[in-house]
Amino acid sequence: MHPAPSVIIFTTFSGLGFGLLTFLGLGLPEVTGMTAFLLFAVAYLFAVGGLIASTFHLGHPERALKAFTQWRTSWLSREGWASVIALALMALYGAGLVFLGQRWVLLGYAGALMSLLTVFTTSMIYTQLKTIPRWHTALTPVRFLSFALAGGALLAGQVKTAILLLLVAGVVQVAHWMRGDGALAASGTTLASATGLGRIGDVRAFEPPHTGSNYLLEEFVHVVGRRHSQKLRVISILLMVAVPVALLMLPFNHLIAALAVLSHVLGVLVARWLFFAEAEHVVGLYYGKRHA
Amino acid sequence: MGYQQPVVDTSPKVSDEVRKTTCYMCACRCGINVHMKDGKVAYIEGNRDHPVNRGVLCAKGSSGIMQHNAPSRLRAPMKRVGPRGSGEFEEISWDEALEIATSWLKPLREKHPEKLAFFTGRDQSQSFTSFWAQNFGTPNYAAHGGFCSVNMAAAGIYTMGGAFWEFGQPDWDHTKLFMLFGVAEDHDSNPIKMGIGRIKARGAKVIGVNPIRSGYNAVADEWVGITPGTDGLFILSLIHVLMKSGRIDLDYLARYTNAPCLVNAAEGPEKGLLLRDGDGKPLVIDRTSGKPVPFDQPGVRPRLNATLERDGTTHRTVFHLMATRYLSEEFAPESVAERCGVPAERIRAIAAELARVAFDEAFELEREWTDFRGETHKSMIGRPVSFHAMRGISAHANGFQTCRALHVLQIILGTVEVPGGFRFKPPYPKPAEAHPRPHVGVTPGAPLDGPHLGFVHGPEDLALKEDGSPARIDKAFTWENPMSSHGLMHMVISNAHAGDPYRIDTLFMYMANMSWNSTMNTAGVMEMLTDRDPETGEYVIPRIIYSDAYSSEMVAYADLILPDTTYLERHDCISLLDRPICEADAAADAIRWPVVEPDRDVRGFQSVLVDLGARLGLPAFVNEDGSPKWRDYADYIVNHERKPGVGPLAGWRGKDGSKTGRGEVNPEQLDRYIENGGFFVAHIPEGADYYKPWNTAYQDWAVGMGLYDSPQPYLFQLYVEPMRRFQLAAEGHGTRQPPEHLRQRILDTMDPLPIWYETDQTGNEGFSINALTQRPMAMYHSWGTQNAWLRQLHGRNPLYVPTKIMREAGLKDGDWARVSSPHGSIVVPVMEMAALNENTVWTWNAIGKRKGAWALTPDAPEATKGFLLNHIIHELLPPKGDGLRWANSDPVTGQAAWFDLKVKIEKAAEPDERSECDPAFPPIKSPVGTGPKELRWKVGK
Amino acid sequence: MTQLPAKTERKLGLVIDLDTCVGCHACVISCKGWNTENYGAPLSDQDPYGANPRGTFLNRVHSYECTPADGAAQLIHFPKSCLHCEDAPCVTVCPTGASYKRVEDGIVLVNESDCIGCGLCAWSCPYGARELDRAEGVMKKCTLCIDRIYNENLPEEDRIPACVRTCPAGARHFGDFADPESNVSKLVAERGGMDLMPEQGTRPVNKYLPPRPKDRIDSDAAPALKPVAEEASGFFAWLDKALEKL
Ligand SMILES: Nc1nc2c(c(=O)[nH]1)N[C@H]1C(S)=C(S)[C@@H](COP(=O)(O)OP(=O)(O)OC[C@H]3O[C@@H](n4cnc5c(=O)[nH]c(N)nc54)[C@H](O)[C@@H]3O)O[C@H]1N2
Ligand SMILES: Nc1nc2c(c(=O)[nH]1)N[C@H]1C(S)=C(S)[C@@H](COP(=O)(O)OP(=O)(O)OC[C@H]3O[C@@H](n4cnc5c(=O)[nH]c(N)nc54)[C@H](O)[C@@H]3O)O[C@H]1N2
Ligand code: SF4
Ligand code: SF4
Ligand code: SF4
Ligand code: SF4
Ligand code: SF4
Ligand SMILES: [Mo]
Repeated sequence: MHPAPSVIIFTTFSGLGFGLLTFLGLGLPEVTGMTAFLLFAVAYLFAVGGLIASTFHLGHPERALKAFTQWRTSWLSREGWASVIALALMALYGAGLVFLGQRWVLLGYAGALMSLLTVFTTSMIYTQLKTIPRWHTALTPVRFLSFALAGGALLAGQVKTAILLLLVAGVVQVAHWMRGDGALAASGTTLASATGLGRIGDVRAFEPPHTGSNYLLEEFVHVVGRRHSQKLRVISILLMVAVPVALLMLPFNHLIAALAVLSHVLGVLVARWLFFAEAEHVVGLYYGKRHA
Repeated sequence: MGYQQPVVDTSPKVSDEVRKTTCYMCACRCGINVHMKDGKVAYIEGNRDHPVNRGVLCAKGSSGIMQHNAPSRLRAPMKRVGPRGSGEFEEISWDEALEIATSWLKPLREKHPEKLAFFTGRDQSQSFTSFWAQNFGTPNYAAHGGFCSVNMAAAGIYTMGGAFWEFGQPDWDHTKLFMLFGVAEDHDSNPIKMGIGRIKARGAKVIGVNPIRSGYNAVADEWVGITPGTDGLFILSLIHVLMKSGRIDLDYLARYTNAPCLVNAAEGPEKGLLLRDGDGKPLVIDRTSGKPVPFDQPGVRPRLNATLERDGTTHRTVFHLMATRYLSEEFAPESVAERCGVPAERIRAIAAELARVAFDEAFELEREWTDFRGETHKSMIGRPVSFHAMRGISAHANGFQTCRALHVLQIILGTVEVPGGFRFKPPYPKPAEAHPRPHVGVTPGAPLDGPHLGFVHGPEDLALKEDGSPARIDKAFTWENPMSSHGLMHMVISNAHAGDPYRIDTLFMYMANMSWNSTMNTAGVMEMLTDRDPETGEYVIPRIIYSDAYSSEMVAYADLILPDTTYLERHDCISLLDRPICEADAAADAIRWPVVEPDRDVRGFQSVLVDLGARLGLPAFVNEDGSPKWRDYADYIVNHERKPGVGPLAGWRGKDGSKTGRGEVNPEQLDRYIENGGFFVAHIPEGADYYKPWNTAYQDWAVGMGLYDSPQPYLFQLYVEPMRRFQLAAEGHGTRQPPEHLRQRILDTMDPLPIWYETDQTGNEGFSINALTQRPMAMYHSWGTQNAWLRQLHGRNPLYVPTKIMREAGLKDGDWARVSSPHGSIVVPVMEMAALNENTVWTWNAIGKRKGAWALTPDAPEATKGFLLNHIIHELLPPKGDGLRWANSDPVTGQAAWFDLKVKIEKAAEPDERSECDPAFPPIKSPVGTGPKELRWKVGK
Repeated sequence: MTQLPAKTERKLGLVIDLDTCVGCHACVISCKGWNTENYGAPLSDQDPYGANPRGTFLNRVHSYECTPADGAAQLIHFPKSCLHCEDAPCVTVCPTGASYKRVEDGIVLVNESDCIGCGLCAWSCPYGARELDRAEGVMKKCTLCIDRIYNENLPEEDRIPACVRTCPAGARHFGDFADPESNVSKLVAERGGMDLMPEQGTRPVNKYLPPRPKDRIDSDAAPALKPVAEEASGFFAWLDKALEKL
């Protein structure tokens, strides 16, 4: 898949934002007033900023409201609803904390749940796609949720939880990669099934249907070199998990925490880039690997 | 809640109006419905009523709107201001342009008409352009046939009075086995596809003989991946097997071919000539009387294996000579298999299958007909095997004989002009004798003494001057290529540059991209076009006038540009005098008419010729008082008569439009054509529709249509006597003698019975891989590239390389390879292909473009990753050390031997930093700029 | 709307005959021409005269090489447009309802005025049958020429998709798969029409007819021909006899 910057930014930051909101909703840390305001500001900046970034790749962002209509079948539509509800609940909850010094616990729990649900709906947009075997697995929501939670914990300053969750996220990510590498082959979809020509013999793409490019090639047929991707995987795990965990092991100070967050965010961005760049859409089979 | 969905307008208005005309995205001439919205072309689809395409349309035809509106269209006449080849021009008025042209041509006509060389490309108005040239008085006129497929056309006409495509077609309704040789696309573009579709729908079989298995050959049930250049051998081997097993149509051979004609066997000036009676009619031995009689005498039943001793001379039948030759083990499958790359068992299996379908699946149509000997036949016997072939066999230097061999194969199976076989389209069949002979009689200030092109029947017809030197600039009809019926357009520039046989003053060309894809030796030709005489500083070819509609590579090399319209903006006439749109069942012709008016200062080229003709005072173009005779081409189409009652169009003749074929001029003729969808069809009556060369009903119908002046039944020429006459000259007989260096070659190649010989391989040592091109179905030569839709399909062209050679040369997809011939080398990207003869590489034809042409940006993939094989094909063969440079063409017809190219391949030395093919010629300046950055094409609302 | 109808009254679609398709691209271009001028936004082209020409097409013709275990490699031209799947994932993923499957004929369509151009439907389509138009920002796909097949401004015989009408080889057939007596249903039955990527569970309506077996002549053809004689003289003797019979 084409790693579109807007989508990478959206999934990364909205994941972090909703992760943070989850912790805030759970009262971790218990904050009020200015501190609460700052934390909520960061969470909203990430979550809403991410959502806004996601509209950049739309052909018609001005019609975005129409996306709320199809919650019965569409995970994208459900994501819209979930995020709006989550943000609304958390806004009310946050207002209580910031302005009234009140913590409405149940509202917080509801907001936290909706925040996680938002991350889950986002993940389901990818998970549901049978066309991308690498994503079509229960590990994908686990991965999104574990990232959101780890990042949320980190942002929320929950050092111990963060260390644990970061390690979990790291393990989940590695598992996702390991499964992912064999996913296309395991899916049973091959050029032979795509063309129905397997009965004749070995099938090979010959001429592409056009020497010019098109939307499909630009969007779906992105090939990352294997060595390149291995390197990036190592980098992303280092930045996302190893460095933050190491930093968190050190005596706490705000600079170190900021560095841990920064490293984590960079690591997630790289992992997210890989998430898209490595994803093989089955339509690529039709084009073989023979396009320029 | 019920299921809800938007309401869609399923009956929108399609267009304001439909205008029906003829496509010219290629020369197939399909009928099109041009849908108009707000006076603009909105959508083009096929015309269901049209005899050629019956509603279907190919990719090119469907993209006409993109060609009609292409940014590459020339906008006004232009005069060269920079050096030749630079592309620097100034737009001028038509008056100025026509005055310049007149001032160049008038003096030539008065003193040296031959100093004008007028050559037209894939022109569909050859009866008109040749008429103009004849009126001008130059012998130097031809169209593109010499570099295209004259081998096919000439071999067909000499053998049976017509070849494939516009000459005839398989009987698609009845054929059960269709065998295709060397065709990727052809001009019978839609009809072949429709035909294959119909055959397939019936579950009948297609055999494809082609080194490359793509397109038609990909759907063929059987693929014969033959070694290029060996089809003749393969076919003669099929003939061997069929003859040897007696699976041939003896009755057909005896009745309709010259197989029973008697051939003089005595040494001397008559050897190999047919025995004739006092009227010149070939003699056969009648089976009943045992006496020699003219072949066409009523009631004669010719004997196939007679011997006649007369005046101490033995005469044997043509069939006897054939048996003696083709039964020889030389042609046994086992002897040819290796050279052809086809296993012997497969050759035998194909022969058996041909025989099985031709004879065991024979059928009868209950149609009574009477032959030229007066015998009435109760029914027509169908032999459902049919063939088609094109440039794969004709564009080799042994192509004429190979095409002949194929025709002989069809004839011995008795499948020509019978149900299920191959059928002619009017005005064919038309034997070689019925065509004119070439004329070169020049008189300053007067027309030429007759048509330029035609068919020679012996040395006396050659176009030679008194001193024996060639009369034509292209050396057509000379000892080098005696039967060059279409001229040799591909030799014009190099001959004119060399001043051999003489110098010319003005080269006038129309619709041929002669500095690029239609020429061999591109770099050399560009040099010849720009070369100056060191003494005078003048260009060696002093003046070049060119008519193109688009900003092609050739435009840059002209001094004066006469911009043509697009095909939707002009009148054209696809005439029975020329290359009509007939079907086997019908005579038909067609027009184009301006469905839209040009929005630029351009004019239809034929109208420009009409104007020029009048300015030059050419007799057929002015009235007695010197005033112009025709207003424009439309006026000419309607009012010109070649002979009384016969004009360019056959439909709606007579004052009231009630006559067909022959009739007075009808001033409203074009309106009738337009009402009828741009074409006219006259059906051949049932019973006249097969056996045309021998069927009295057909012959009478053709006379009525104005196709012939009198019935002229004839025999198929398995043995082509005119070829023997050239051999006799080479043996030293007669007064017109070939030059010494050509004697042996004439003896070797001008055999009156089909032979196969290996093409000249001198200088090819080490170059052993065959390199071919194929036409992409969705592109037309160079002119498809300006089309925004088509160029997305074919914007660059890899060299397709068989798996074995990929491995040997260490190549993988996308690598750059150096491909060399004895003439030069190119560096190009490669791609592996498995369904390919293992010693052949190929690429799509004419995708590569010169930077600056066609209104494309200079970094267009066509100009960086597209390439031509033409860069490494030379018009001359490598030197043999005899001091002569022999032409890279067929020794019989002069046909350009594009497909004789032999190369070697190696991985390019500098693969990493390379981003462009080699050679990269410097850009030319675009006279029209480049196109827009985005298209959202929608007209009307 | 983005729910799929439980059942459609008719199942309109195409049969594509891989035994007959010569790969000419006529269907590609006539589709481009019709759909540029008709339903919805024109199919745009970017950099049409430049270095990277690309544009929106609703139908594309691929080609594949198949090499049998014992025999020459074959080349198969392979046209592909929307297969109007019965379980169309492109419909259910659509967040706006712009993508829908028509209940009366099963055609899968995009209502362009509702489309936000999110691309998700294209992601969900295994066949690459949807292309986002770069100029208009909306999703384009084969409409099965909905503005032709019912169009009362067209003559009856022209109420078929543009690609079917133009296909010179007659390799494309249009009809109702819900009707077992239709031309398409019969072709599928006779020639073993197949689904593409059945494992994706999309249940495509369009069917492909597989290429017929090739290169069988050596084994299947008539028995080899027997010589009538070995020598030329024998041949002439045979000839005399054969001629007597005529
Ligand atoms: N390597 C290789 N070379 C080949 C061949 C091959 O098989 N292999 N094939 C050969 C053959 S058979 C042929 S016929 C030639 C074809 O080669 P060309 O005859 O050169 O064909 P085109 O490239 O179509 O160029 C014709 C010119 O006509 C112009 N033109 C198009 N429409 C119009 C119009 O309406 N009016 C006017 N006035 N001009 C117009 C185009 O712009 C173009 O410049 O190529 C030959 N060259
Ligand atoms: N779409 C489209 N249609 C066209 C044209 C075009 O440019 N585009 N050009 C038109 C013109 S000018 C012409 S002349 C016709 C030509 O029409 P074709 O004759 O179909 O021309 P080519 O594409 O040159 O195809 C030649 C075929 O012969 C094969 N071949 C080469 N050498 C041999 C051999 O030795 N033996 C055998 N058996 N096969 C061989 C090649 O593989 C190729 O498939 O097409 C016309 N139609
Ligand atoms: S074959 Fe195609 S380009 Fe040629 S005339 Fe017919 S529709 Fe036009
Ligand atoms: S038009 Fe017909 S033959 Fe041509 S590519 Fe399309 S389906 Fe195949
Ligand atoms: S082919 Fe693709 S776009 Fe068409 S219905 Fe099926 S999934 Fe949807
Ligand atoms: S691109 Fe348009 S049609 Fe496709 S899912 Fe998004 S909104 Fe629906
Ligand atoms: S049915 Fe219509 S929209 Fe669909 S591929 Fe054919 S021409 Fe294009
Ligand atoms: Mo040609």
